[in-house]
Amino acid sequence: MTEPGQREAARRRGGWFDHPALSVLLAAVWLLVRESLAPADLIFAVVMGLVVPRLAHGFLDKAFKPRALFTAVRFTFIVLWDIVISNMTVARIVLDPRSSPRPCWITVPLATHHPGAITLLATIITTTPGTVSCVVDDVRWEILVHALDCDDPQAMAAQIKQRYERPLMEIFE
Amino acid sequence: MALDEIHGVWQVVIALMLVVGGVFALVGAVGMLRFPDFYMRLHAPTKATTLGVGGVLLASMAANWGQGNYGLHELLITLFLFITAPVSANLMAKAALHLRVPSKAPVPEDQPRP
Repeated sequence: MTEPGQREAARRRGGWFDHPALSVLLAAVWLLVRESLAPADLIFAVVMGLVVPRLAHGFLDKAFKPRALFTAVRFTFIVLWDIVISNMTVARIVLDPRSSPRPCWITVPLATHHPGAITLLATIITTTPGTVSCVVDDVRWEILVHALDCDDPQAMAAQIKQRYERPLMEIFE
Repeated sequence: MALDEIHGVWQVVIALMLVVGGVFALVGAVGMLRFPDFYMRLHAPTKATTLGVGGVLLASMAANWGQGNYGLHELLITLFLFITAPVSANLMAKAALHLRVPSKAPVPEDQPRP
């Protein structure tokens, strides 16, 4: 008779490995902090990876289980490359005394409702110089982006969706 | 092993990366001075934290490797910057919109500003 209650409690508490990506990340970060693979550090990394997600389960969103690993790796390099390129573009705008950047606001409608994907998308938009995500609206499902220099907001929104949102959806959904 | 015992070519590589990082951080600072409105100035730190810090971190990693260390802490710095920098930019932008800080580009009319 207490079974439904017990199951409910178990669901709220979470299992030891309900958030595999978070567990691996925590363990990896610990090993990186220690810069060692000594048995003590390995044991502690595993303990951290198992215990912390279990304790924090109630505060966490749906577990992120990476799909499409190849897409994820390729996407990482695309983003790194874009960061370098847009850094140079922005550097030219800053250093050229004759340049007159045309700032504008862009609304990027979101096709994905996955909190992890949206967070990463907003982070990537800000990290690539030239665009900053200012408001993430999860009522109307859009991100308000400020662009430093842009003459066609619609094209830029389409480019962000095509270049970043689509691979993120593949990875997260 | 001391820094000046590293192979000469490696030293040049490290120095180059430091210079590149420094230049981009400087560009970020110049942008901060030059841009006319708050939202445009917001773009400067995102540049400083990407290629600016990126260059310095790569140089630091290279120096550590050259000296026979791991040099993995730099990866952590990258991770933490990637997590924290956009959040502060986002909060500042939100606060500015909320306070109706003037923007050179017209803000979309239908934006809710509680």
